[in-house]
Amino acid sequence: MKTGFFKAAFAIAAKDFRAELRSRELISSMGLFVLLSVLIFSFALELNRQARAEAIGGVLWVTVVYASILGLNRSMAMEREQGNFEALLIAPIDRSAIYIGKLIGNTAFTLAVALPLMPLMTILYNVATITPEVIVVILLGTFGVTVIGTLLAAMTVQTRSRETLLPIIMLPIVLPSLLAAVRATNAILSRAPAAQWSDWIVILVVLDIIYFALCLVTFRFVMEE
Amino acid sequence: MPLIEVRKLVKAYGMQPVLRGIDLDIERGQSVALLGVNGGGKSTLIRLIAGLTPPTSGTITIGGWSLPREADAIRAQIGLVAHRTLIYDNLSARENLRFFGQLYNLSDLDARIGEGLARVGLAKRADDMTRNFSRGMQQRLAIARALLHDPPVLLLDEPYTGLDVEAAAILDQIVLTARAEGRIILLTTHEIERAARLTDKVVILVKGRIGYEGAMPTDLMATYRALIGGEPTETSLPLS
Repeated sequence: MKTGFFKAAFAIAAKDFRAELRSRELISSMGLFVLLSVLIFSFALELNRQARAEAIGGVLWVTVVYASILGLNRSMAMEREQGNFEALLIAPIDRSAIYIGKLIGNTAFTLAVALPLMPLMTILYNVATITPEVIVVILLGTFGVTVIGTLLAAMTVQTRSRETLLPIIMLPIVLPSLLAAVRATNAILSRAPAAQWSDWIVILVVLDIIYFALCLVTFRFVMEE
Repeated sequence: MPLIEVRKLVKAYGMQPVLRGIDLDIERGQSVALLGVNGGGKSTLIRLIAGLTPPTSGTITIGGWSLPREADAIRAQIGLVAHRTLIYDNLSARENLRFFGQLYNLSDLDARIGEGLARVGLAKRADDMTRNFSRGMQQRLAIARALLHDPPVLLLDEPYTGLDVEAAAILDQIVLTARAEGRIILLTTHEIERAARLTDKVVILVKGRIGYEGAMPTDLMATYRALIGGEPTETSLPLS
């Protein structure tokens, strides 16, 4: 009766989308945070165009990472509240499929607030952020954040101080991805030649692959107890 | 041959032993009450049999499959109802069952969902959000979820917690029906009278070991008091 890996993963992701469509808890809290954060930074950073272009990558990624932490905590809390993790764990599915299912949902929800940041920041900072290269960096960087975040959120969700514990353990681990994403974003927005940012994108891809492989293997052991 | 065989089962959390060498056989169709004080290891034994936590040592086999090696095959044989409902608040009753049906790779899912909801008296509320359900209705849906894949083993871990008299009576009926269908029922509860009414075998855990195992005694309360020394309520027994 064992269910196929991808069938189970997609069922879990579809369940998350359906539940979010009803409650809009994740998107509304993440969206509000993103909006406020970008507005506050835009007032705080009344800089010249060049300085703004150099700061914008940091603003974007700080906003995305903290928004994703909000979403990750909420997404896992949904599994904890009625003991639903146990219902998933007792089903005859590969435990890594639970990870993939949650990862699909968490990545999609984070992208749903990260991608609209680009037109918003273009208006507020007067810097053209909507470029294919920046979109690629956002996709890769967001994936790196949620790959690690989904695993760590599953670990911390059973603890009492999960809201504070997740960023404390997550931020140091995602730091390499974040640094690469910030440097790549800044270089692209400064219209630097491709040679100056393409290496950062390669680093992002490599980090994403390493993180994904490690998290996929580790998740089943995390769920044992 | 018993359907569930537990041999020399030990479970410890860190240095704290919870189960200290459990041997238990449960035959097909048997209905077993698992009694003991809070912290006595009842829920841990249920979680071990469900494959939710690995044993420190010892073996569990269900239907010839052993844990944790053949956990997936065993999970398909088990339905679990706990005091928490294990259902999603932001989905309807039907959507909850459909989701779990997909995880169990069930065919004829629509028919099974319809039957399951009718069995627990929720057919008319099938498309209502479960966050609007009473505690009793949520627990009935939890039973429908646990029985959706027609498991031969039903694990009930204090399912009556927080239920009013009417909801508990409905749950009684569902449990008796599941018993009549020949399923193994393993029920943990603090309600001695209910345990005596719903089950035909009793296991009483004392300090992580089996203090009594056998057919339902004539006076279960007296047997329990003789072993535990009090009412089966919120007392806590030190394990060491």
